[in-house]
Order: sequence, then C-alpha cells, then structure tokens
Amino acid sequence: MSDAVPTLEVEHLVKHFTAGSQVFGGGGVVHAVDDVSFAIGAGEMLGLVGESGSGKSTVGNCVVRLHEPTSGTIRLKGRDITHSSRRELRPLRRDMHIVFQDPYSSLNPRLTCGEIVGEPLRIQQLVPRRDVDGRVRELFDTVGLRPELRHRYPHELSGGQRQRVGLARALSVSPSLLIADEPVSALDVSVQAAILNLLRDLQQHLGFSCLFITHDLATVEFLCDRVAVMYLGQIVESAPTADLFSAPKHPYTQALLSAAVVPDPVVQRTRTRVVLEGDIPSPLAPPSGCRFRTRCPLEHESAPRSHDEEPSLIDVGGGHFVACHLVTRARDDAHLIDAAELTS
Amino acid sequence: MALLEVDGLSVRFETDDGVVQAVDSLSFSLDEREVLGIVGESGCGKSVSLMSLMRLLPPTEKVDGSARFDGIELLTASPRQIRRIRGRQVAFVFQEPMTSLNPSFRVGRQIAEVLEQHLSMTRRAANRRAVELLDLVRIPAPARRVDEYPHQLSGGMRQRVMIAMALACDPKMLVADEPTTALDVTIQAGILDLMRDIRERLGTAIVLITHNLGVVADLADRVLVMYAGRKVEEAPVEGLFANPQHPYTLGLLGAIPRPGSADQNGRLQEIPGRVPSLDGPWTACAFADRCPRADEITHSEVPPLREVAPDHLVACFHPGSN
Repeated sequence: MSDAVPTLEVEHLVKHFTAGSQVFGGGGVVHAVDDVSFAIGAGEMLGLVGESGSGKSTVGNCVVRLHEPTSGTIRLKGRDITHSSRRELRPLRRDMHIVFQDPYSSLNPRLTCGEIVGEPLRIQQLVPRRDVDGRVRELFDTVGLRPELRHRYPHELSGGQRQRVGLARALSVSPSLLIADEPVSALDVSVQAAILNLLRDLQQHLGFSCLFITHDLATVEFLCDRVAVMYLGQIVESAPTADLFSAPKHPYTQALLSAAVVPDPVVQRTRTRVVLEGDIPSPLAPPSGCRFRTRCPLEHESAPRSHDEEPSLIDVGGGHFVACHLVTRARDDAHLIDAAELTS
Repeated sequence: MALLEVDGLSVRFETDDGVVQAVDSLSFSLDEREVLGIVGESGCGKSVSLMSLMRLLPPTEKVDGSARFDGIELLTASPRQIRRIRGRQVAFVFQEPMTSLNPSFRVGRQIAEVLEQHLSMTRRAANRRAVELLDLVRIPAPARRVDEYPHQLSGGMRQRVMIAMALACDPKMLVADEPTTALDVTIQAGILDLMRDIRERLGTAIVLITHNLGVVADLADRVLVMYAGRKVEEAPVEGLFANPQHPYTLGLLGAIPRPGSADQNGRLQEIPGRVPSLDGPWTACAFADRCPRADEITHSEVPPLREVAPDHLVACFHPGSN
C-alpha cells in the first residue's frame, strides 16, 4: 500500500524570491529552489542535506506551505496541496508538522509548555477539551519530559528540553509526515545524541515519515533511510543512505563527505580531502549549465558541456540518482577519489 | 619554557542570582608553536577562561590564580601592559565573523588600524601590509578585497579577514574561539588548512576552543577537556582519542554519530542528566550525578588530577577507557 501512495511527493518544485527593493528598480530573482523532485514513502526517513543557501530549508517551508511555491506540485498522501488555501489546509495540518532548528524562537514565550503542546490539539479539536491536559501529559512522557514541566515557560527550560517540547507539539496531532529542519544543530553534542535517539525511537514506534533537513552528514547516516544532496537549489545526488556513504558519485557529495571532520586524529590527518575552491555562487545568478562547475575539481573534464547544458538526474542503478555530466548510466566513471578511500 | 603558564585560575561572576563559578582551579600550559585544543560543551568555561586571561571580561568577574605569558603576569598587569600584549602578542579569532567586524569600515582599513595602533606604522605602509595579509590568508584578488565592506564578503572570507587581522602583528599566540562553528563544512575544511599552515609557516601557538571533537582531531597537538568549569582530562591528541579515560570524555565521543558509534540497538550514547549549576567551588566530582561509575567517594571529594600515562592527566576516581 505504501508503494501506491507515497506520504509526500514533490514534483518540479520551484521557489523564486524577488530580491532587493522593488521601488528602486528591483534587484533580481533569488533561485532558492529550482526544479526539485522527490518522494517519501510511508515510514521512510529522507535526509535532505546541503550547505547554507542550498535551498534545503526552503523546500521544507514550501512543503508545509510557509512559503508559497512558485511552481511545481506538492502532494500529501496523494492529495495536491500546492495551492490549497489556508482554510483548506487546516484539516491537513494534522497530517504534517514541522520542528524548527532554534528551540528558542520557535516556542511562544507567553505560553506555558503545556499550552504550547496542547495548542494543535485544541485547534484541531482532536480530543475533547477536558482531555487535552491528559493527552499533553502523555506527550510529555513520550518525549522524555517530566509532566510537571507543563506549567513552566519555555525560558525556564534548557535547549534540549525545549527541543523536546517542539517535538511533542509536532507529534501531538499524530502526523503522517514530520519535517525536521536542523532540529539538533543548536544543541550540545551530548544533548544532540539524546534528541537523535528520541527521534529514531519515536519514528520506529509511531511510524511517521520524515523529511530531515540538515547540513550534517553524520546525523543523516545515523538516522535516515535515503539521502538527497542539494547544491544551489537543486538535488545533485540521491541514494539509499548506505549507498551514498559507501559510493558517493557526484563530485560535490564527495567533497562534502571528505570535508566532514572525523573525531579520530589518525583517520582525520591521513584521509584524502577535497577542498573546494571559492564559495557557493549567489543564487541571484546561478552559473549556467551545471551549477557546481565553478567549484568543481573535475570541471576541466566536463567543460565545455558543463557550461551549456544542465545535467539531469540519471538513475545509475539501485535507486541511486546523480546529476553530473561525468556520470553515465550504471557506470562508475566519475571517480574523483576512490570511494573506499573516502569512507575508510 | 612554556609560552603561557596558567596556574589555579578561578573565575567567578557575581550575578543577581548569586555567584557563578565559571572556572574552578584551572591549570594548563601552552608551548611555543603548540596547538592546544580546549573542548567542552556550552557553559563549561572554555571561552571564559581565555577571555579572563586577556582581561576581556566585565568588571563583575572575580579572577584568582596566576597566568604568566612570556614572563609577564597577566592577571596583575596594568591595563597599559595588557594593551601591549593584547592584539600584538596574543590575538583572538571569534566564532561569528560578522559581529566581530565593523560593518561600516572597509576590511582593509580595519586590518590597517591594528597595524597603526600596535606597530605605529604609517597609513600607507599599513594599507600595503593589509593587502599582504589578505594574500597570506589566501583571499583571491586581495588588492581588490581590501576595499570591500564586510557584508560584501562570504562567511568564509570574513573569517579569513578575521584571521588576517589577528596575524597582523605576528602574534606569538592565537586564541581561536570556535573559529569554524558558523561555517559550512567545505568552508571549514579550508579554514582548518589555513590554520595548520599558519602554525607551520609562522610558528604561532594556537589555543583552539571548540565543542567539535572532529576539529580538535584535525588540528590539535594536545587536548584539554573541560566540564563545569574544571579540567577533567588532558592528553596528547592521539592518546585522548585512542585511550580516553574520563567517563565524560567517553560520553562525548560516544555521542557523536559516526559509523560504529551506535550500540547494538542502533542508539547513540547519551549522557543522562544535565550540566549542574555552577554555584560555587566544587566539593565533589562535578560529573558525579551523571556518571555511571559514581560511588560514595565521587560524591564527597573532588577527584585530583592523576597521570595515568605519560602526559595524560585525568580527574576521576575511576578512570578507564571502557
């Protein structure tokens, strides 16, 4: 049944923002997301990875319709929600919920934590009013918070506790899709581990699908079934997690993997590193053709094709998709570095 | 002889809610050309300890102990003496390059200002040197970049400008406080390479303050792990990662997701409980309430630092690597 209707389908999603003051002649168009497609099956966790400015958060915000997509289609459990009105969306809000990065600014400081978690229940009228508090207690218990904390305000809690409140709020409506936008980036390592464990446990028990947005490859490897890597508004590679980490094909993915620091001095100091030159280009004027070409260490091999032609995602087998001129169907030719060397 | 010798450093803040003991009898030293990594989670005192040495904290701080830098006692030095050290012999690089740079001045001017202040260079010579410094930190087209404002530069570029400014007076010691935390991984890799290069070419000693054990593994020669204002473990980098002794260090390492770090149930190691409040000098092991090895003595006495291997110090009654 899960094969029939994915929990979330995103097709050719485009989100452009207008930049600069329109009064003074206008700046330009920020190509935040350009033609992104993916699907998340029931109970699947997809990691959306990228650096700042890659458009990964914009994708998440479009899915929950915090942003209005410029074009493309978003389907939640088979139903097109791309242009649903706020009113039409309201009943669907119990099917998807989002957890934000910053547990400080995403909780209303004037509500107690119990009120914050109970708010979706009240709005959605999922339980009778008198049972809300009982359900909130249960939710606090589920996310590992002492029930007494219901009466506290967010500022009285630590960052990790606040993130648990955010998670309890998201889970209060038993959504089929959870969008987690960098949920652990603002937390200390030991607290991160607890939240990641919790997310994993909850997913296994409750079976929701998850779009996990992050810049940290290591958390994706720990948590997700499948990974999509974004660069400058586009997906450049997507694959089952084990596959992507053992045999990354896109030069950008390879650079990203090799740049991540490993907490082991022996490994860290001997591994091959690809240091990318320059910075991520401005999404106001993305490079023509392949968007990665300005930083690609293999640019000399793919030019001039990379200047004129945008590489499309091709299936290299086993659900592994790559958008690179140097990678051809079912062949391993774009080996910037030997994959074994990268993962050792 | 050590370049920096810190002995029994304690930092307290008097706040409305009582005393906060941010750093408690911290001792360490830094040799010339050495990279010392100071690791710990938020609030462990890693930044405050270095800030207090350079007298960068507000007057509500109470600092005790001694800190000798190149033969000068920092904690009792006059403001004049400190000003001569700060910026010239000891330079800082902070986490957030956007807030550390002045948005209304061109970056070249900001670098040149350091040179004019500390080395009494002429404006023209300082401007010329600013271009060289940007080149040193591998900023492309430095002659053009000096005339740009901070907002025109990317995060990685800004951090390079900060490093250029820090290196302006050829300091003996560089304090890098979370220098890559605000940066993307591919940019972080470049900054780490740059810092390694600086140490090798200029021989600058570096204190690297970070919460990221991966960054420490990359760059540090020696590592100091802090918890709740105290040093809990100190060791050469290989020794610390290959043979961690303190349960807190072990917990930190186990909490990082990486292949092999999850247990048989696929879970990461958590450190139960939370950081204790820092309301006075410790009378017991600060980690006792969260420690699986805690027993009676742990709750009644402060564990002394013991040498468990050459240069490997641990403050734990029950050290061990598993």
